[in-house]
Amino acid sequence: MTTTTPSRSTGVGRVLIAVYGLLALAATGRSVFQLLDDFDKAPVAYSLSALAAVVYIVATVALIVPGETWYRVAWVTISFELLGVLVVGLLSIFDPVLFPAKTVWSRFGAGYGYVPLVLPILGMLWLYRRRPRPAAQVAAEAQSTGA
Amino acid sequence: MIEWFAFTQIAVALVAGLLAVALGLVGRPPADLTMGATALVEVLLVAQIVVSLLAPAFGNTASGSTLEFWVYLVSAALLPPLAIVWGLVDRTRWSTAVLGVACLAVAVMVYRMYQIWFVQVA
Repeated sequence: MTTTTPSRSTGVGRVLIAVYGLLALAATGRSVFQLLDDFDKAPVAYSLSALAAVVYIVATVALIVPGETWYRVAWVTISFELLGVLVVGLLSIFDPVLFPAKTVWSRFGAGYGYVPLVLPILGMLWLYRRRPRPAAQVAAEAQSTGA
Repeated sequence: MIEWFAFTQIAVALVAGLLAVALGLVGRPPADLTMGATALVEVLLVAQIVVSLLAPAFGNTASGSTLEFWVYLVSAALLPPLAIVWGLVDRTRWSTAVLGVACLAVAVMVYRMYQIWFVQVA
């Protein structure tokens, strides 16, 4: 049976992509500033900022590009983000010495209105709804919703 | 940065953002009103760039990091044009919401710039 991966860049998914793009920009901006400003002040936090920025960029791309490979990339990057925000969120509260400087994920993303915490969960829900399924089923669904 | 100008900018971006998100959720495709409001947000950002370039010459300097301030200002100024192009290409209700998201992000970023300029002692 042939399966097909429904487009992830349709409907409310477009808003999700826009917010992901925004967070990618925010994380990149902060990271560029930190690397230029004073890397030695907090190498762990600053390296993490850079890593987070890269992951957000890849996740944004994975939500836009169609196909099953990018669908998997989207799962990996979005899962990584959720893990990142949870681990760094906990560490930044219990071991502030390790993270003297802010990152997108510090204190569960409080500096970014908790968007970094909420976004991966919304992303996962969206990916689940857009999972690869038998081609006939996807076509039938598209017809009934007019999408 | 001029205090009242920054607050005007935040207010305009907030109103434009909430309006576009609301109209997007109601189902309106991008129209003159929402596109125009986003364009106004951009005009104010360009004015802010001019103000912030000239301010130090008049003894009005940032209390925090100038580099961080400019990273915010330049990235903020990129958002409305990107959202407007998005709205021209994708004529669905969701790009109206995207216009709103961009304006709200600008409001937050201008507030951060305000903090860096006036509040931060670093």
